Formats: sequence, C-alpha cells, structure tokens
Amino acid sequence: MPVGRSIAVLWRDQLAATGAGVARAARPYRARSLMAKLVLAPTVLVMLICFYGSAFWTVYISMTRSFLLPAYAFAGGEQYVRLFHTPRWRVAYGNMFLFGVLDIMGTLFLGTLLAVLLDRRVRFEGVFRTFLLYPLAISFIVTGLTWQWVLSPTIGLQHFVRGLGWNGFVFDWIARPDRAIYTLVLAGIWHQSGLIMAIMLAGLRGVDREIWRAIRVEGIPAWRAYLHIILPMLRPLMVTCVVLIAIAVVKSYDLVVAMTNGGPGFSSDLPGKFVVDFEFERANIGQASAAATVMLGSVLAIVAPYLYFELARKNR
Amino acid sequence: MTAAGSQARIGRIGLYALLIWTCLFFSIPLLVVIATSLKTSDEVRAFSIFSLPASPSLAAWVKAWFSACTGLNCGGVHVGFLNSVRILIPSVALSVFAGSVTGYALSQWRVRGANIIMLALLLGAFIPYQVILYPLVKIFSTVGFYSTLPCIIAVHVLFGLPVMSLLFRNFYAGLPEELVKAARIDGAGFWRIFVWVMLPLSVNILIVATILQTTGIWNDYLLGLIFAGRENMPMTVQLNAISTTSTGIIEYNVNTAAALLTALPPLIIYFVSGRYFVRGITAGAVKG
Repeated sequence: MPVGRSIAVLWRDQLAATGAGVARAARPYRARSLMAKLVLAPTVLVMLICFYGSAFWTVYISMTRSFLLPAYAFAGGEQYVRLFHTPRWRVAYGNMFLFGVLDIMGTLFLGTLLAVLLDRRVRFEGVFRTFLLYPLAISFIVTGLTWQWVLSPTIGLQHFVRGLGWNGFVFDWIARPDRAIYTLVLAGIWHQSGLIMAIMLAGLRGVDREIWRAIRVEGIPAWRAYLHIILPMLRPLMVTCVVLIAIAVVKSYDLVVAMTNGGPGFSSDLPGKFVVDFEFERANIGQASAAATVMLGSVLAIVAPYLYFELARKNR
Repeated sequence: MTAAGSQARIGRIGLYALLIWTCLFFSIPLLVVIATSLKTSDEVRAFSIFSLPASPSLAAWVKAWFSACTGLNCGGVHVGFLNSVRILIPSVALSVFAGSVTGYALSQWRVRGANIIMLALLLGAFIPYQVILYPLVKIFSTVGFYSTLPCIIAVHVLFGLPVMSLLFRNFYAGLPEELVKAARIDGAGFWRIFVWVMLPLSVNILIVATILQTTGIWNDYLLGLIFAGRENMPMTVQLNAISTTSTGIIEYNVNTAAALLTALPPLIIYFVSGRYFVRGITAGAVKG
C-alpha cells in the first residue's frame, strides 16, 4: 500500500460511506449480532457524553454569565462581546489568521515542491525522505524548544553570526513583539512540510502513466507539465492538505507554549493557549468557553464546506 | 552535447542542490541540539550553540537524566520517562483494542445506525481538545479519579477512539465478506470470528495503529498537563517545565540533552518502522 494512501482511505471512504447512497449499498449479507450492539454501546455512550455532550456544555456556558464557576442562566452573546473587546484575545485571534495563512502557504509550497523533486526519479530517494520526514516524529514541545534555542539572540543564530565577526548582525525576531509570530511559522513549516510531501508524493505516484507519455510526446518541459497539467489534476488532494493544515493551525497549542509561551507579552498568543490559560490559570470559565466555541466554529467553518463539496463530488 | 541535453543536466544539478539544501535546513535544528548537549555549560555561553563541542562529553546527558531540576524537584527526566512509559503502555493497548473491536463491529455486522455512528466518530475527530477539556475535568472529578494514572489513560483512550475506530473500520470494510460468512456457517460467533479470522489478517493495520498511538501519546503535552496530575507528569510536561524554569543560570547543555532524551523514543520508532510510521501519521493527521 503506497504511503499516504491511508489518508485517502480515512477521508474519502468515510465520506463515501456516510454519503447518501450508502445505506442501500450496505452489505446485504451481514448478520445481526447482539454482541456487536453491546460492543458499540460504550462507543456511542462515550461519543455522546464526552464529545458531543461536553462540546454542547461548553457552547452553552459561553452564552451564560459564568465566571469562576459555571452558571446556567442564559445571557446571550455577552461573553462574546467581552471576548472581542479583550486585547489579548484580539491578538490571539488575529495571530491565528496570520499564522494560518503563512503556515498553509509555506507548508503547501515546500511540501509540494519537495514531492515534485522526489517524483523526478531521484537517486537516494530514501535518504532524502528520511531527512524530510523525521520532524514528524518529534513532539511540538521539543520542536518549539529547539527553535527557541536556535533563534535565541543570546545563544543562537545572532550570537553565532556575530561571533564570525559581523558584529552588527541582528536577528532577534523571537524576542520582538511584532515579529515573534513569524518564528512560529518557521517552526510550523519545518514540522509539517514532510507530511504534505508524503501526501502529495503519493498523489503524484498515482498519476496515470499514459498522461506522462502524452506529455513526453508533446515535448512539454517537465516543470510546465507539473505546473499546468499534473498539479491541477491533484487539486482535490491539495485541498485536503490545506484543510489538514488549517485544522492543525486552529488547534495548535504545544508549539507556541514551548517556543514563545505566547510572548513577548502576549504578542504571539494563539486561541488554543488563550483557552487553556483562561480555563485553568485565570479560572474564567465564561471567557474560556466563548473562546473555545470560536475555535470550534473555526474548525467547522473549515470542515463543513470541505465535507459538503467532497460529498457532492463523490455523488456526481 | 546538445543544448537540450546540457539544459536537462543543469536542471538535474539544480534539483539535487535544492534537495540537499532543504535537507540541511531540516537537519540543522537537530544537529545544533546534539552539539549543544555534548558541551559544557561555559562553552555554550562563550561560543554559540552552532559551534562544535571542543571536547564532547555526555555529562549533560547524565545530569539531564538523573538530576535536572523542575523547580525544587531535582530527579532528572528519568522520572518523566518512567511516567510516560506507565501512561503509554496501557493507553496504546486499550485504544488499539477498542478501535479494532469498534471498527470490526461497524464493518462486519449489521448494526442499525452504523452510518450515524461513523459520522459521529468522524466529526468527533475534528473537535479541538480545548472545547471539551473543562467538562471532561468535571466528569472525571465527579467520578473521583481526576489527576490519576487511570484518568490520563482513560483520556488517551477516549481521544484515540475516533481515529482508531475509523482506521480499523475502513480496513475491515475492505476485506471480502465471504470470510465472515463462511465462519458464521461454521458456527463461529462475534468474538471467535474477531480473534480467529480478523486479527490474523490485521497485522499490518495493528502495527500502523500501534505506531500512530505510541508516537501520538508519547508526544502529547496538553492532555498530560491537565489530566495526569503531578505524580504522573509525562516526559514532555517535565521537559517544558525544566526548560522554561527562569531561576538561576540556564543550563542549555542539560536542557538540550533532556529534549533529545524526550525525542528519542519516537525517533527510534520512526527510523525502525519507516513506511508504517508515515502511514500512521497521515491517517492520524486530523487528531488533536
């Protein structure tokens, strides 16, 4: 089974299976079993209580006046009004988009480029792949700490270049409130590009040989073939990649905690960290729930159209 | 040589140059951390973390493992390592088991609402942890085992359920249905078919699932921070606490050694398992 096929399996098959036409296509010979129901009962219960029940609770609490403790009297959008008047949240929320756009563009570009390069029948492909994929095995905590050290003005890159004799060299982005968020993008691209490369490479390897033969017959240069023929064919896969990274961006927490801890000040804060801080350190359940609900809404805003169009594509 | 030929040649050289540069960019952080962990504390201050160690020594590794400090606790990261192992083994075993049985029940037996359950699992995988952390804390507190080893294990099994179930469900759905039919005619029931027909066919997917869960749970930070409690603090949580301690002189050589020790288990799994690892990672990409 080629690398990256499992993602196709998970997403596409799932969509197909849950799509409209499945019920009738379901296997007619499958037998009923009491045991199967008993086995699924805990799963259903866990999903209902821990996932959907809990999510519903959080969304509801975000519409109350809860502060230290949950309160249940409905109060409409008050928490949201206060949330979006909180400077720290506005920074965190804005950062999500800034970080997201740059991270998606960078990761998709680098990942796709690497996939194309490796697709050109490169020697030592295995060695290159090993180098490009190992960051995926490393936790965001270690990733964040490592980049924090590398970019630290006192011991890292700046210190090193100055030591070479270029005394005026300045690279202190990680310590600057207006630049720290960009260093997170760098670490994000470093960590995630391999994943996109693996997915895109699997897609490239699946391209019909006939198409490549036609391209050769026409005498189209390889780079133009990729740019105008092959990659446009893989657009659905690229959309999947964008969705994957976008969801990871909304959820990101560990990386910012380890790398900048949201600082300097709260200049590189992200929603995920805002929620955890407000919930467990500042004990402001209402604000934390409102912020968490915005996170949930952001994920839904990414996933819902994706699922919708994928299902529409499947059923066509 | 023709013009086209030399152009293709330049293209090839450019291609390799680009790949090698990217590989350098990818490996620099790791090399820097390794080099720093082999230095003495004074050496890190005097030069930069980019220089090579003058006389490499494992002293910082020993200190990181046995006596690195988190606040006033100076037990070293081996405490977190053992905690992580204690969390990891039951969590992986239980979540792989739960996922495989759920996937099997969903794919090979007629269960009303199977599609709805699958949709619920699929969408559940997208819910950010932050949305359900607090209610889960409340639930576990009510039951009375919040901040314990069983608590963090249960949480890992819980959050692993959607991806694990769907992974197995999709694998089992691809098996020919004659297998189960034949076994049923022979009088085998739910569990016998699972153990004697399904499991022997599942070796590959079991490896993928185990690797995915092992690296995911080992690298987890947020869940360990919230649910494990002080006594069971996993290695990632301890590492971050050690590295962000602001009191006293920061010992970068010890911190980098601690980071490497934390990164080592999943890195070893990656280097040993190769393709299985990539398959697992791509399948689990929605998690979190």
